[in-house]
Amino acid sequence: MKPRVAFFDFSGCEGCQLDALNLTPEELFDLIAVVDIVNFREAMTECSEDYDIAFVEGSITRESEIPRLQKIRRQAKVLVALGACACIGGINCLKNHMSMEEALKIVYSKDAKYYDTIPARPLSAVIPVDYYVRGCPPITSELLKMVKALLLGKKPDIPNYPVCVECKMAGNVCVFERAMFCLGPVTRAGCSAICVNSGRHCWGCRGLVDEPNVNSEKEILKKHGLTVEQTLEKFKIYDTYTEAAK
Amino acid sequence: MKQVNVDVHYVTRLEGHGNIVLNARDGKIDELKWEVIESPRLFEAMLLGRYYEDVPYIASRICGICSIAHTTASIQAIEAAFDVKLSEQTLLLRKLLYYAELLESHVLHTLFLAAPDFLGVESIFQLVETHKDIVVMALNLKKLAYNLAEIIAGRKTHPLGCVVGGFVKTPDLNELKAIKKRLEAARHDFETIVKLFNTFSIPDFIRETEYIALKDPREYAFISGDIASSDAAPTPLEGYLGVTNEFCVPWSTAKYARNKRDSYMVGSLARFNLNHDQLLPQAKKAAVDLGLKAPNYNPYMITVAQVVETVHVLEDAISIIDRLASRGLKNEIPEVMVRAGRGVGAVEAPRGILFHDYTFDDKGILTKANCIIPTNQNHNNIQKDLEALAPSILNRSEDEIRLKFEMLVRAYDPCISCSTHVLKVSFKK
Repeated sequence: MKPRVAFFDFSGCEGCQLDALNLTPEELFDLIAVVDIVNFREAMTECSEDYDIAFVEGSITRESEIPRLQKIRRQAKVLVALGACACIGGINCLKNHMSMEEALKIVYSKDAKYYDTIPARPLSAVIPVDYYVRGCPPITSELLKMVKALLLGKKPDIPNYPVCVECKMAGNVCVFERAMFCLGPVTRAGCSAICVNSGRHCWGCRGLVDEPNVNSEKEILKKHGLTVEQTLEKFKIYDTYTEAAK
Repeated sequence: MKQVNVDVHYVTRLEGHGNIVLNARDGKIDELKWEVIESPRLFEAMLLGRYYEDVPYIASRICGICSIAHTTASIQAIEAAFDVKLSEQTLLLRKLLYYAELLESHVLHTLFLAAPDFLGVESIFQLVETHKDIVVMALNLKKLAYNLAEIIAGRKTHPLGCVVGGFVKTPDLNELKAIKKRLEAARHDFETIVKLFNTFSIPDFIRETEYIALKDPREYAFISGDIASSDAAPTPLEGYLGVTNEFCVPWSTAKYARNKRDSYMVGSLARFNLNHDQLLPQAKKAAVDLGLKAPNYNPYMITVAQVVETVHVLEDAISIIDRLASRGLKNEIPEVMVRAGRGVGAVEAPRGILFHDYTFDDKGILTKANCIIPTNQNHNNIQKDLEALAPSILNRSEDEIRLKFEMLVRAYDPCISCSTHVLKVSFKK
């Protein structure tokens, strides 16, 4: 019997699921030849409670999401966090810098009482996660590689070196030479430095490498004219949860 | 005594979560609610204190499906606040990038999300067995739109190269010329889609409402113009709050909106009703072929209006590339002078008009933000449609009622992940 694959989403933009559908016809036919996709709310009506591999998108931002995620964990043999929100909390964690009451009041003013929210957190803050497909959004080919590795029973090969390595290989002029900030030196690679290739800098969406030299990164940023405050603001976008969990 | 209870928990093939609850007895409706149950993401709070450069990057993540719409509305709000002047090249490239998302999103909605209902299957994955040619075409068109966005801005979902004032990297003209050939080849696919939709039986349901969309005297508007209404004179963007009039309801985590009537509609049918004169000839022909004539008051026709729009967008994208090729592409550096002020940006996201409204201090730090997404503006109209539709179908089976309801909601192409999620029809027992 083919392994049964399910996709689930929590709080996020659903861009990860959208990009998971960005397949060539050949890729899709190859995929459904080897797995049964049994749950993909964005694309199908049928849904099943019986699955082997769960891909979970989004971060956890409401109490009611916790038991739902725990149920998925109990059912799935393998659970994969899909995208920055699921892997590291993602940009949803920007609201964690204020009280939830304050955040709700800013958006809903007198109607804030109708809404509930808790500080945003990655899946791993609630349940054990087996594997991570990182990025905001993840690279579709990396997701396919993950599926392939899981089917072959192999441990997926996840880079644990900084984006700078891939950025140099891509032949980019270093972002710091262009008087911009960059989080490439401390961020986990695997994206082929797509943001720098496109004229921007690294925002850190794949999370930090295992032993990041954050102090040295902050020094570099300071050397290039950013104040401590500005530097911390740059880290906030994706690393709010990681920093707070230390 | 006939009792009808419909409870659709999480209407699927939507970008978001929503529920429909219907309780009826002896032909009398006790309860009928369109519930949106998405966790609030609180973007307006998350944007506070951010330097303007980071704002479109964060705002893009409101929705992965219409990230180019959010990025563009965000950029244009900042440009209005700082009074940034744009080059013609930037305007052309911005529109071309915008078209990439419209094409992708409309193909996703018409072929992946809506077509399965008409073809009697539950998902695009089942169509692989029955209609392989449609699946191949849909995936290839989606890929074409992705590739177009990649040439201009590095990627489609959360685009990179487009910034306040222009583009950080000039696209390669040869790549644009090459993709133009693929766009031309896709004309045939859109003819096929028009023919396919002609075989579908679209439910017949009429409820006239107020229609709201951007209007620009120069063209069929997507990223420029004022706020037009079927019921009122145009409003400049700065006056958007006087149009949207948002309010909260206890059963939904999304805000609702109303203007001149109880509710209003935004999206492709609203655009078509207000701006159909400005469609390119090929799109006008597609509308005739599909039996879509303005004004049209059937919300199930929203999907058909999307097909018409894809034809327009495809033709205009081809002509924009021709213009860029004849004038050549220059390396331009975006120029931005930060100043204190407020700006409103509005675009026609694939599913309707979208507003971003920001205030900055003199250092370019955001001090106030307000974003009004299209789906929230449609929620109230969906509710009123369901109320008008329900009495006429109460005598049908629960399965049939459920399908009609789901198809109606799905026609609006709701993108509830935009700060909210949608859909469940619950028949309560």
